[in-house]
Amino acid sequence: MTTQDQINTHTISVLVDNEAGVLARVIGLFSGRGYNIDSLTVAEVDDGAHTSRITVVTTGTPMVIEQIKAQLGRLVPVHRVVDLTVETDSVERELALIKVSGKGEARVEALRMSEAFRARVVDATPDSFVFELTGRTEKIDAFIGLMRPLGLKEVSRTGVAAIARGAEAM
Amino acid sequence: MSETMTGAQIVLKALQDQGVEHIFGYPGGAVLPIYDEIFQQDAVEHILVRHEQGATHAAEGYARSTGKPGVVLVTSGPGATNAVTGLTDALMDSIPMVCITGQVATHLIGNDAFQEADTVGITRPCTKHNYLVKSADDLPRILHEAFHVATTGRPGPVVVDIPKDVQFAEAKYMRPTAVQHKTYKPQLKGDIEAIYTAVDLISKAKKPVFYTGGGVINSGPQASQLLREFVKLTGFPITSTLMGLGAFPSADPQWLGMLGMHGTYEANLAMHDCDVMINIGARFDDRITGRLDAFSPNSKKIHIDIDPSSINKNVAVDVPIVGDVAHVLEDMLRVWKSRAAEPDKKALADWWAEIETWRGRKCLAYRKDDKAIKPQYAVERLYELTKGPNTYITTEVGQHQMWAAQYYRFEEPNRWMTSGGLGTMGYGIPAAVGVQVAHPDALVIDIAGEASVLMTMQEISTAVQYRLPVKIFILNNEYMGMVRQWQELLHGGRYSSSYSEALPDFVKLAEAYGATGIRAEKPDELDDAIRKMMKTKGPVIFDCIVTKDENCFPMIPSGAAHNDMLLADDQGLDVEVSDAGKAMV
Ligand SMILES: Cc1ncc(C[n+]2csc(CCOP(=O)(O)OP(=O)(O)O)c2C)c(N)n1
Ligand SMILES: [Mg+2]
Repeated sequence: MTTQDQINTHTISVLVDNEAGVLARVIGLFSGRGYNIDSLTVAEVDDGAHTSRITVVTTGTPMVIEQIKAQLGRLVPVHRVVDLTVETDSVERELALIKVSGKGEARVEALRMSEAFRARVVDATPDSFVFELTGRTEKIDAFIGLMRPLGLKEVSRTGVAAIARGAEAM
Repeated sequence: MSETMTGAQIVLKALQDQGVEHIFGYPGGAVLPIYDEIFQQDAVEHILVRHEQGATHAAEGYARSTGKPGVVLVTSGPGATNAVTGLTDALMDSIPMVCITGQVATHLIGNDAFQEADTVGITRPCTKHNYLVKSADDLPRILHEAFHVATTGRPGPVVVDIPKDVQFAEAKYMRPTAVQHKTYKPQLKGDIEAIYTAVDLISKAKKPVFYTGGGVINSGPQASQLLREFVKLTGFPITSTLMGLGAFPSADPQWLGMLGMHGTYEANLAMHDCDVMINIGARFDDRITGRLDAFSPNSKKIHIDIDPSSINKNVAVDVPIVGDVAHVLEDMLRVWKSRAAEPDKKALADWWAEIETWRGRKCLAYRKDDKAIKPQYAVERLYELTKGPNTYITTEVGQHQMWAAQYYRFEEPNRWMTSGGLGTMGYGIPAAVGVQVAHPDALVIDIAGEASVLMTMQEISTAVQYRLPVKIFILNNEYMGMVRQWQELLHGGRYSSSYSEALPDFVKLAEAYGATGIRAEKPDELDDAIRKMMKTKGPVIFDCIVTKDENCFPMIPSGAAHNDMLLADDQGLDVEVSDAGKAMV
């Protein structure tokens, strides 16, 4: 396999005008052209300028990633497209809420693990916990993996939010 | 002071300020306020079509033959959904179009109201951009922006969906201004460093070829002029896609003919064997490249395109230049001249000698027949008798379209209107209507197939109403010929549903519409019949009865490489097509 065929994961930030239908345009582009969406987050980031930031984690060969960026850049309401994976060193975070239920040993073990991962307990009943955990995707995956045999019930994740390190803005 | 007016008045005012003289449309409940305004003014002429698809193709023909945007007006629901084919067609072929659709009143949106459709949802993937206008205050800005987006950068269709209450509401009108758009800023000038690199490559090339496309036409007549100059200066061979025909004159000895699936032997082999490929405004479409991993394996590729997403999409290129063709060619020529660059004349002479041997195969030759009209012969005769700078050709989709591209010849841009990217049967008649509206004194001919014309035949009624003397020249082979050809090639000659059964009598059909019908069945009556068609003042349907089993050659079977072409003198169509090839369209 050459580097040209290698499939890599990229985190792409897209700054858009926050107008009706803009998210549908972005999602429609991915589904219409057969690109992957591993995670997607979106929220308004500047209420004065009415801009929203969409962060997409996607996978593809270098040529496909270039296409994705060019196609995103072509959408009329898009201000900027930045590939945080190649263009900068970036910080990526995800937040997850994780519900675990159980009694006895499993319950104690779950709580012990949550401390090791610096998860917070945001809800507790005699036989359940809801943990809040922030971190890189891999960390959250690992924690969920550990909770599975301990009574994992439900997971809700935000998807990745990302930003470049240093003083420069996107 | 800006005036206050109703949304419907704003629409008409904006159209006038955008210089629109003609719109193609069809009324309905959700656009009645706009139709009422049309009734009360003369600046914008409305052409009533017979089906909204016809309005979109007419607008495409209008746009492609003038370089101006085509404008469409349709009602909500079925009016908008009927327009979807033409919008998609315009998107694929980069045709500037503004399509105004009526919508149910804002308070009814989402309620499954009568004739409601989610027009912006449906048209999002088939437009360059679209808008739902929620307030009349936004209407002037959005309308002007729609024209800006449709006509600049890589052109395309833009939908403006206007709810009926917004058409009645009052707001202040705003003239178009020159303010820069916040986010939409197409790049016109190419990167000068890349242009230096390209000039360097071009001057060192030993086996170069120009591969040009619809982008040259879209960039305007000046782009064609600059292209001609550059091709002359270099002495290189030039070929073009279906969409680019006319940008370079076909009478010129440097012209190799069209390339691609039904392109000439010499054009495709030059593409395969070249060492430097200069792609100007074409997009490495699958009709052009054939088998991708065998596409022009030994060449360095320069690619000029206004759309960054066209670069490295299908084929990785060495020197990408994002910019408008005319701007980039202007810079290239300047650099070429200032460096006093020279092509490698000696290498070029060898390259031309090789090309001449390919030309010697005479790949467009066909066996003549003196009893029946061969379709190729029909197009050749049509060309000889109708050629001229004031002749415009549209087509439908199928074999006749390819024969038209091969045997009709174009010396100027904007004379050739065909559905390339989408391949829409039914394009030709309405497109001819649109061309004729823009050029009332021109000779406008739709080279058609008998199956295709039945898809939008009702637009003859439009032609009759507006006295548009379009000529519909049907190569009637009683088959969906292109489908039949593929069935012969790939499906063991099982002609499943490709015979054109129960055809109407096209001469009587023409008469029923109030047009003129002409039929030719024998080669020796063809010329006179064509002359008669040209002399006829009004619209004509010409039923040209041609041989039924003709195949369109040369052909690169799908999934094959450029040097694996089928020629007419090969024995029939018995070739091995790979499974991957069979899966391709
Ligand atoms: C709207 C639409 N439907 C189906 C097709 C598929 N198709 C491509 S060519 C063709 C046959 C066209 O027949 P005709 O108009 O008689 O042209 P010929 O090939 O015989 O010259 C068909 C069905 C298409 N291109 N467009
Ligand atoms: Mg036919």
